[in-house]
Amino acid sequence: MSVAAPAGTKIRESLLSRTAATLVMAVCTVYFLTPIWWLFVGASKSSEQFTSTNPLWFADFDLFANIGDLFAYRDGVFLRWMLNSVLYTGGAALIGTVLAAMCGYALAKYRFRGREVIFNVVLSGVLVPATALALPLFLLFSKVDATNTFWSVFLPSLVNPFGVYLARIYATASVPDELLEAARIDGSGEVRTFFKVATRLMFPALVTIFLFHFVAVWNNFLLPLIMLGDERLFPVTLGLYSWNTQVNQIPELRGLVIIGALLSITPLVVAFLFLQRFWRNGLGAGAVK
Amino acid sequence: MTMTQTVSTVDVPEGTGTPHTPGRAVRYGRAVPFFVVPFGLLFILFYLVPIGYAIVQSLYTVERTGTFGPAREVFGGLVQYQRVFEDGPFWTSIGRVLLFGVVQVPVMLGLALLLALLLDSGLVKGRRFFRLAFFVPYAVPGVIAAIMWGFLYSPNLSPLKSITSAVDLLSADFVLWAMANVVTWVYVGYNMLIIYSSLLAIPAEVYEAARLDGAGPVRIAWSIKIPLVMPAIVLTTVFSIIGTLQLLAEPQVFRSFSSAVSSTYTPNLTVYSTSSIPNFNLAAAFSVVLALATFVLSFAVLKFTQRKGAVQ
Repeated sequence: MSVAAPAGTKIRESLLSRTAATLVMAVCTVYFLTPIWWLFVGASKSSEQFTSTNPLWFADFDLFANIGDLFAYRDGVFLRWMLNSVLYTGGAALIGTVLAAMCGYALAKYRFRGREVIFNVVLSGVLVPATALALPLFLLFSKVDATNTFWSVFLPSLVNPFGVYLARIYATASVPDELLEAARIDGSGEVRTFFKVATRLMFPALVTIFLFHFVAVWNNFLLPLIMLGDERLFPVTLGLYSWNTQVNQIPELRGLVIIGALLSITPLVVAFLFLQRFWRNGLGAGAVK
Repeated sequence: MTMTQTVSTVDVPEGTGTPHTPGRAVRYGRAVPFFVVPFGLLFILFYLVPIGYAIVQSLYTVERTGTFGPAREVFGGLVQYQRVFEDGPFWTSIGRVLLFGVVQVPVMLGLALLLALLLDSGLVKGRRFFRLAFFVPYAVPGVIAAIMWGFLYSPNLSPLKSITSAVDLLSADFVLWAMANVVTWVYVGYNMLIIYSSLLAIPAEVYEAARLDGAGPVRIAWSIKIPLVMPAIVLTTVFSIIGTLQLLAEPQVFRSFSSAVSSTYTPNLTVYSTSSIPNFNLAAAFSVVLALATFVLSFAVLKFTQRKGAVQ
């Protein structure tokens, strides 16, 4: 992207804008990463050193001892929360992505009666905030005595209308009709064609839908807050929240909250690192052809 | 006029390529329910039914015969809605989140757009690193982010001691903006990535003519890039408005750090605290009004930007 710069002023100008641009990026990097750095440093300290030493630099490195304390606390309830979060978010996002992909694919690739109506209703669903549903869901689940269960959080988390919207765009953009025709001529059934051919072409897009869905469930706080009373069913966010509300009564929880926060975000940060390639391509696929 | 045309840069043409013959529709007829029904069923059960149920619940009221008589639900018409409209704290909280949104959403999206344009401009080296660095906070759920920043704001723990000892960021005057910072911190990278992706999708030839005409990078960004990524900006705006009106995790967490955050600080906190009284009928009415307000506002933004787009 080099601009032809014959004159000396042009070069100086571009050097100036390069420096300014890099400076903006550097300042923003500090802003975005400092809290996470602070969390990592804080998690590595004993509770005395946490308050008495420089918050942004290490003292004695007690990270692993702290993690041990966290895992041992109340019979390892934290590990239980992590596992719950994996099931709630990973499970719901995985199944939800497949369902959304199927529906979006059908909306993109078949003409059938009521297609536009279905699409518009689902699209309106995108504008309905998930939190608005939490209370009525609680009331409905309590009708059938199913609140405070795994399913009361899991089942509603499967539905992601935005995923259907994206899947329709991606299917339109990345699955050519000629290919589907060819598969039909080869005698492949519609369902088989979808799973064998279309999902491969849509794969980067599916990763994107999965990540969006994953983060949406991961961030949905009101639903488990309203639905769950039993600590052993909590996702990690709700668990750490409940500890944080007790910090004033039980000061030792503060350290555990900090280590727990660090551990809870680590898997997703690592996942982002690995899925970055798909993530970008997938989003791009939504925007280009 | 569907949202498709507004928020996606691809057109979804009618019946994309599939020849429109009645025979075909029959041939694939059985496949369609297989694809649509599983999602459709869950969508009805966990989206449409709850919405309907909330509306029904909001029309009922609990009545007691005498002080200690058994409570029973009777149809109350719009009684709950009357209570909602007479509820001062609720409307104060709506005003509060609107103020929050008017300031925070433009700041966040402006920053996201600036960073996306800088990443796309070719002026910076190490694009992969920056992209990831800005995006990492998105991996932090709202609750955890609020806990982290809550500690960072606390005067005795913070690495920002020079700031936190001068102004109490958790006092009534500042706490709303302290939360705005948490939301901004989490979502700038996400919004940046959406805008950046649609910048990447613009073919390079588009710029060639402008460059030959002597347009500099700023001019190209302003006159070509920004108009072309408008759909992405509209999308992020709508999502941000929805998010703002739904503000819950951050204020709920900040209640542990600051006494300035009341149990009715944001509309959703009101819903939550009303339902824990418990007064489900009133809480349902709050929910319905809030969802309606959100829907109308985001729809208005879509329509407004659509009209602007048509003028250009």
